[in-house]
Amino acid sequence: MIDRNRYVETLTEMLRRASTQLPSDVVEALRAGQSVEEEGSLARKALDTILMNVDLAREQVAPICQDTGTPVVWVHHPLGISTIELGDAMKEAVRQATSRQFLRPNAVETLTGRNTGDGAGRGIPFIHFEEWDRPEIEVRALLKGGGSENVGMQYKLPDNGLGAGRDLEGVRRVVLDAVVQAQGKGCAPGTLGVCIGGDRVSAFEESKRQLLRPLPDENPIAELAELEAVLLRQGNELGIGPMGFGGKTTLLGVKLGALDRLPACYFVTISYMCWADRRAGVRISEGGEATWLS
Amino acid sequence: MAELKLPADEAAIRELTVGDYVELSGRMITGRDAAHKWLLESFREEVAPFLQGTAIYQCGPVVRKNDDGCYDFVAAGPTTSIREEPYEADVISQYGLRGVIGKGGMGPKTLDALGRYGAVYLHAVGGAAQVLAAAVKRVERVFMLEEFGVPEAMWVIDVERFPVMVTMDSHGGTLHEEVERESRERLARLLGRETSRV
Repeated sequence: MIDRNRYVETLTEMLRRASTQLPSDVVEALRAGQSVEEEGSLARKALDTILMNVDLAREQVAPICQDTGTPVVWVHHPLGISTIELGDAMKEAVRQATSRQFLRPNAVETLTGRNTGDGAGRGIPFIHFEEWDRPEIEVRALLKGGGSENVGMQYKLPDNGLGAGRDLEGVRRVVLDAVVQAQGKGCAPGTLGVCIGGDRVSAFEESKRQLLRPLPDENPIAELAELEAVLLRQGNELGIGPMGFGGKTTLLGVKLGALDRLPACYFVTISYMCWADRRAGVRISEGGEATWLS
Repeated sequence: MAELKLPADEAAIRELTVGDYVELSGRMITGRDAAHKWLLESFREEVAPFLQGTAIYQCGPVVRKNDDGCYDFVAAGPTTSIREEPYEADVISQYGLRGVIGKGGMGPKTLDALGRYGAVYLHAVGGAAQVLAAAVKRVERVFMLEEFGVPEAMWVIDVERFPVMVTMDSHGGTLHEEVERESRERLARLLGRETSRV
């Protein structure tokens, strides 16, 4: 049994942090980009503005971007906790964060075009539940904006046009193609979450789950770690730059994961996260104590 | 660093070229999807003076209403411009716009109108909602608030040193096409082939 009010309060605080405070590894990556862009270039100016904006949002406890995105949430919980209660509390937290202007009312009824007004809707927020063998509850969330969501891609290999076969070389080819197709439209410099394999649904979830990884972490699978480094380097060689103004900083990170697949299917699924790579997490002990995750 | 006062005359606009960083001061007006459609359904006499010679900012702001009835912009970054591609050229010609502010660039129809009528596309930094809201000093008035809601209403605002980049100019220049062409060539090299799929 969870203490609902306290749980809602903690989750609302998690959404406030996600919307107003960019994770320190993302800020570091943006600063690194700033330092390699030429003084006086549009790329440099864009990164100067972005970093100024990040500071301002944190100081003023205001949304980094007016598109506060869709909350995508992963919950790990122990045996015996009701996922109905947990899901209900998460939805309430979205409503409260919206009423306090940490989130913009971002749920639109597709058939009527009406905005629900409180940030919650059918399928919003999207919550993934997983039971684990620990006593505490862990919640991690991404706030994923619409511009970046629009440039996500799913390829099926082989792709003859790109000369992409069913191997990691094929993956390299389609991922670079996705970066070129996105140009600056997903608010570059972005971070790519990529799932190799899976089905059309599981793959998009896994690609987004990859975005929870801190930028400097290393993939435990050696060949994926290597491909991540290659894609990051080559992605930045494309010259698209911040906001698509041209420049050296097109990507901040590339995170690859693999799921098993049907023999007939080989999907490569790419979720693009904008520079405002908003994620937050919290671990809640049995007694309700919150520990913030980076 | 150039400063551009709004409203601006054609000569000032013709001086701007792709790659310029500009800070805007003066009066502009917001407008996105609903506004663009509405502006072309018939000529809107009441709003026309607020479009003449100035820039339209494609933005769906977060706005706070104060106790005294005045409004403040809380978060105000640009939205994706290409959605207005079917409308923007006609808005420029019918209302005498000198500038379009948004993100991601626009297409050939708008580029042609920029050259023909002497206007410029100004790219604001996507996601920089706080920096841009801070440059909005005053909300002068608002049109169509009831009908369109806060994000889609047309807000007449006074800005000071509002930072933008010229990415499409009145001489046919467009940074977006240049960057895309160059990145496709680089992709082709990285894939070890002559040209990449378009």
